[in-house]
Amino acid sequence: MSNFEVGTELPPLQVHVTRDMLVRYAGASLDFNPIHWNEHFAKDVGLPDVIGHGMLTMALGGRVVTDWLDDPGQLIDYSVRFTRPVVVPYGDEGALVEFSAKVGQVREDGTARIDIVAKFDGKAVLGKAQSVVRVS
Amino acid sequence: MALDQSFIGRSYPPTSTYEVSREKIREFADAIGDTNPVYRDQEAARAAGHPDVIAPPTFITVVNIPAVNKVVADPALGLDYSRMVHGLQSFTYARPVRAGDVLALTVTIDDIMDRAGNDFLTVRAEVNAADGELICTTSAQLVVRRGDEA
Repeated sequence: MSNFEVGTELPPLQVHVTRDMLVRYAGASLDFNPIHWNEHFAKDVGLPDVIGHGMLTMALGGRVVTDWLDDPGQLIDYSVRFTRPVVVPYGDEGALVEFSAKVGQVREDGTARIDIVAKFDGKAVLGKAQSVVRVS
Repeated sequence: MALDQSFIGRSYPPTSTYEVSREKIREFADAIGDTNPVYRDQEAARAAGHPDVIAPPTFITVVNIPAVNKVVADPALGLDYSRMVHGLQSFTYARPVRAGDVLALTVTIDDIMDRAGNDFLTVRAEVNAADGELICTTSAQLVVRRGDEA
């Protein structure tokens, strides 16, 4: 059972986002924007290298919440601001993105707000990442 | 030039539908490294009270991004697509998406704002099932760096 008390920390998640993962995510999500897989294209438009899909970072942040819930269907709202790109170099290490989350608020209506933090290179890549879940 | 504010409130009815398959849900769950059985196993999904396997929360991006892009690519809006970045994204669910759903998206331009030489567009999509049931409302804020007032 998930513990819905303000301040409860959810199990954190660390993901090495690699080029391989970006290609797989591109195919699964149907987002084939070349900034996510073609470093020549990415550099031509002024990026330091290929960057990860913001929606992949959002999906991974969602996993921290749904892994913790009894049923992912309890998640009823999820919103994020994309503040910084995740720069993904060539190689098996990729980019290490670290996710953490805690219960921010428990509401009278049987829902709770979960606040999510996603960091890459020590800096937040998502801003105001929040999920609302049904407590039961 | 700033975007035409008269587009605020303009709504675009669905032009196609998307049938959600168990295989696509599993493919998406694999791509985000999510092994939760309710995305893969009908028995596990039923045990959790769902009629079939459900999709991870952000799965709707599969239909949301193309629907939003189609609207913002309207030449009459005059948006430079190559300068567009995703600023904000939200999903509000009436229920989870599940295998067998036939999704139709109605896209509405909620807001167009000009701030410090950048355009901010807020685009909402209502995702309905074939019988009209509302499944999810998505909202994206898109930022376009105009660069004409440097």
